[in-house]
Amino acid sequence: MPPIDPILFFIFAGVAVLSAISLVVQTHPISSALSLIGVMGSLAVMYLLLGAEFIAAAQLIVYAGAIMVLFIFVIMLLNAGSEHGRSRSKFVKWMGIPLFAVFVGLLSYIIQSRLPDSKPVTFGSFTQATGLEIGRSLFTEYLLPFEVTSLLILIAIIGAVVLARKEI
Amino acid sequence: MDNFYVISLIKTGLIAFVFLTVLAYLQWVERKVLAHIQLRPGPYRVGPHGLLQPLADVIKLLTKEGFIPSNVNTFFYLLAPVLAVTIALISISVIPFGPEIEIFGVRTYMQLTDLKIGILFILALSSIGVYGVALAGWASNSKYSLLGGLRSSAQMISYELPMALAIASPLLVLNTLSLREMVNMQEGFVLGFLPRWTLLQGPFPQVFSFIVFLICAFAETNRVPFDLPEAENELVAGFHTEYSSMSFAAFFMAEYANMITVTSVATLLFLGGWHPIFPTEYGSWLIPVLLFVGAGIVSIFHGLNPARPLDRFTLPVFGFVFIGLGLTFALPFLQPYILPLFWFCAKTGFLLFIFIWIRGTLPRFRYDQLMAFAWKFMFPIALVNLLITGLAVALTTK
Repeated sequence: MPPIDPILFFIFAGVAVLSAISLVVQTHPISSALSLIGVMGSLAVMYLLLGAEFIAAAQLIVYAGAIMVLFIFVIMLLNAGSEHGRSRSKFVKWMGIPLFAVFVGLLSYIIQSRLPDSKPVTFGSFTQATGLEIGRSLFTEYLLPFEVTSLLILIAIIGAVVLARKEI
Repeated sequence: MDNFYVISLIKTGLIAFVFLTVLAYLQWVERKVLAHIQLRPGPYRVGPHGLLQPLADVIKLLTKEGFIPSNVNTFFYLLAPVLAVTIALISISVIPFGPEIEIFGVRTYMQLTDLKIGILFILALSSIGVYGVALAGWASNSKYSLLGGLRSSAQMISYELPMALAIASPLLVLNTLSLREMVNMQEGFVLGFLPRWTLLQGPFPQVFSFIVFLICAFAETNRVPFDLPEAENELVAGFHTEYSSMSFAAFFMAEYANMITVTSVATLLFLGGWHPIFPTEYGSWLIPVLLFVGAGIVSIFHGLNPARPLDRFTLPVFGFVFIGLGLTFALPFLQPYILPLFWFCAKTGFLLFIFIWIRGTLPRFRYDQLMAFAWKFMFPIALVNLLITGLAVALTTK
């Protein structure tokens, strides 16, 4: 029996990259939104392969389940049609992909050379991210950032309510 | 290691077969119960007492023409039912039906897999399940479908909040996310007879969160009184108006699978899973025996005084089957296998019966009532319940 982790990794890494490409290429907003869900689902599988079950579930519940549902909801409500590409200049058409490849190459070179060597990650090694550990560190070590974040969200909610109401 | 794959394969096949059969027959039970609530006999023609009706329905749906209406978004139109039914069926894989058992020298759990985050897995699947309904509504390119899909997604997003809060409070008491651990925490009895279910025990009995969870379950599965996504008299059939044949059946299966999942989760979280309602020493194993033998005697009695000519043959047969079933629960060497299963199925079945009962009793909500009910009534109750539970747990743990 060959090890199953690398096989799953390559399958879902492929799905993630393909979904990401499809997200950019698709013309219809619903197709793009669904491709984004594909990316998030594959990322959740990556977390799962690393052994971080809680983060994987949180990724699915928060991103794929809550945020993207709102995206789809808004797209459906506005009944947005597919978008037609504007005529691009010849320079963009021919040089876009090579320039992008150069950019990616540069970026990966910088990351390779500048960042300090870290221990390689192995499958299933990231076991300290249980719900217990995350909850404990959120409410002890990172209490202040946590509370500040919730305050920010509260401000955003109040702002949305104020903007949406006609008269106060 | 190879053993693991073989056992997993066998268990998967078994659970898939039983689950799909139960799905088909749940619909028969629902039609029968609804019919009897409304003083009708219900399905009666196909097989004795309509028992072969699910089979006939399956054949009918399989052989019907799968029709794709014009001007639909074909890819998403076909994807939506697949998404809905796949996600609905996956949830059963983390539900534990019973304790660890030993068959032919192999020790295994009565469960496909025990995730450390089982309850979060089910929550994640239920929140992804919205896509099937929303996409079906949108891709059908019909006003009724779109309205149904929009209603459904708005309703599911709204009711997910009080549901998650209602799940959080028993989790505080049980202190675990694994479904198997949860049931193990609820084992045993206080004072020798009161079960340690989270519904009754702990620092703060979870009665309110149980009720909130059940009500949210109705909304999450699009059941009466929250079946606005498929309100017949306004939207024809809501999000699945344009579907036919197997893609229509897929939505149907998804709805019933979701019902079974949600009632199983309620059983595991609040009703102590497969643990009996009072200790085995006081004879709780007699309950299934008495229940089935009693049912057998009743049907034999009705077979001897038949209301219809055919009953003279069918009812005694059912009666003897019931009595035989009841007597198997009295066999000591079978008890460790089937008694937990019985208690799990009895609790889940009772909750499913409540689902059907309410469908036969309550009228439908109005849309603004539905939203106001979720945000102004259920959400505060669940929140206050969570706060009180948290306080009680914090005060009682060392």
